[in-house]
Amino acid sequence: MNFSVVGMLTQTALELGLISSLTVLALFLSYSMLNVCDLSTDGCFTLGAAVGAVVAIGGHPLLSIPAAMLAGMLSGFITAFLQTRMGINSLLAGIIVNTGLYSINLAIMGNSAILNMNRTPTVFVKMREALKGSPLEKQSVLIVALIAVALAVLILSLFLKTKLGLAIRATGDNPDMVRSSSVNPVFTTTVGLCLSNALTALSGCLLAQSQKSVNIDIGSGMVTVALASLLIGTVFLKRKSIPIKAVGAVAGSIVFRLVYTIALRFNIPASMLKLVSSIIVIIAISVPYLKQQYPTIKRRLTASVGKEARRNA
Amino acid sequence: MLELKNISKIFNPGTEDEKKALDNITTTIKDGDFISIIGANGAGKSTLFNAICGSFLTDSGSIILNGRDITMLPEYKRAKSIGRLFQDPMKGSAPNMSIEENLALAAGKGGWLSSVSKADKDTFREKLSLLGMGLENRMKQQVGLLSGGQRQALTLLMATVNAPELLLLDEHTAALDPATAEKVLEITKNTVAEKHITCLMITHNMQSALDLGNRTIMMNHGRIIFDTEGAERKKLTVQDLLTQFKKAAGEDLDNDRMLLS
Repeated sequence: MNFSVVGMLTQTALELGLISSLTVLALFLSYSMLNVCDLSTDGCFTLGAAVGAVVAIGGHPLLSIPAAMLAGMLSGFITAFLQTRMGINSLLAGIIVNTGLYSINLAIMGNSAILNMNRTPTVFVKMREALKGSPLEKQSVLIVALIAVALAVLILSLFLKTKLGLAIRATGDNPDMVRSSSVNPVFTTTVGLCLSNALTALSGCLLAQSQKSVNIDIGSGMVTVALASLLIGTVFLKRKSIPIKAVGAVAGSIVFRLVYTIALRFNIPASMLKLVSSIIVIIAISVPYLKQQYPTIKRRLTASVGKEARRNA
Repeated sequence: MLELKNISKIFNPGTEDEKKALDNITTTIKDGDFISIIGANGAGKSTLFNAICGSFLTDSGSIILNGRDITMLPEYKRAKSIGRLFQDPMKGSAPNMSIEENLALAAGKGGWLSSVSKADKDTFREKLSLLGMGLENRMKQQVGLLSGGQRQALTLLMATVNAPELLLLDEHTAALDPATAEKVLEITKNTVAEKHITCLMITHNMQSALDLGNRTIMMNHGRIIFDTEGAERKKLTVQDLLTQFKKAAGEDLDNDRMLLS
């Protein structure tokens, strides 16, 4: 393996990590702040990719970004509506929307499971044209991704300090308190899910355009991959401020993709990605729990040993 | 300032668990009143608070707050004029947010996208220092790190930072140790007096029910069975209250916590 290969792999991991970190930031908002596990993430990611691709293929690469985000927002609104107004459990609401989105996504893609953007002027192509002649010309994907992520981190950090942001955080942190306060949890949940789904769709939109193609399964398993990244990135940042946690979430996403890229080099099949992300999520959530339960478990074990000893005596 | 007219609430109607939680309650609370509410467990004291706050809609009757009919208003809209403290100190503040952020949320100034200004922070610091708990130096710390008493004092500050028209205290010192409870009660009395807030307080302590405020209401089986104020109330002892209960309810007040406290 020479340096150019390492460099290339690192760059791919960095690009992929940054683009998917937008989904990680979305989960940072919905999962960490609002305490809603949004299972419509996979479908919404594909929705963003499909809408973005169709608009870009239609000749409007710049418009593809707001179009994808708006579509994501609408999807988030429906998920929120189902769980706040229709009495549907929040996990179930996500799953229902996710399933429904599959048909919608196919319809958006004109009933074909794959759309090709090889000759489409994507946002990345636009950036490359803008940078023509400069040494950064080859880094157009990285630059677009960096700009998007930097903006997302900045806006999210500022937003979570505003009155609305505080209300959204309180909704996730102490529902009892919010229920008896002047904050309407229906409103905060809706705003939170609209924003997080806009980010997820943006993430899908950029990934599809950077890969120059979108297929109907592009988002499958994304919620677990993003959750794994989020947990890797924020596990050591429990008591830190919001901007630091947001940067941690982005770093988690990059680390995840780097490790994954390295694993691929060691001939671990690409299909393992999802299993690995599942295991990471399991470990990251269960270890703190087991650590907390350890005294109880230990006591039970020693107690049953004691019973055995008495019986033998 | 608060008028309750024929308020009734039946839980689980038509089932064997049917319970008449509030039975035709009618009373008027005057501006600046500090009313203590006593009664056995299940008498309907907290249910009355829930009805006033809008946790549920009453089956019948109307609730008028300062001339506005709030009977059908959702809870979050009533919360702008009604502050509430629970027995559980964990219920009133967000543990993973800082003291400053909790106060900013409670103060609720400005538009949705405004954030805490330097002036707001100074106000918060000044108000926190009045609690005498050293919280003014810990404004960036997460509320989850505070003790129960500190958290309850903070909740009180949050509920009164914009003086509410009505403050409902649901045994808000019962979960605290005696010294802390006294301190929080002291802060409560000062805040209520200083801001001239009309206040209803549920308590299990019969003595403090008589010591505090200007009026005492006794509830049983969802009804107000005894209501006293003024000179008549001044003469009452805890024993009188017990006798009064027996006379009105036709049974002994079998509540150990109440008798022992």
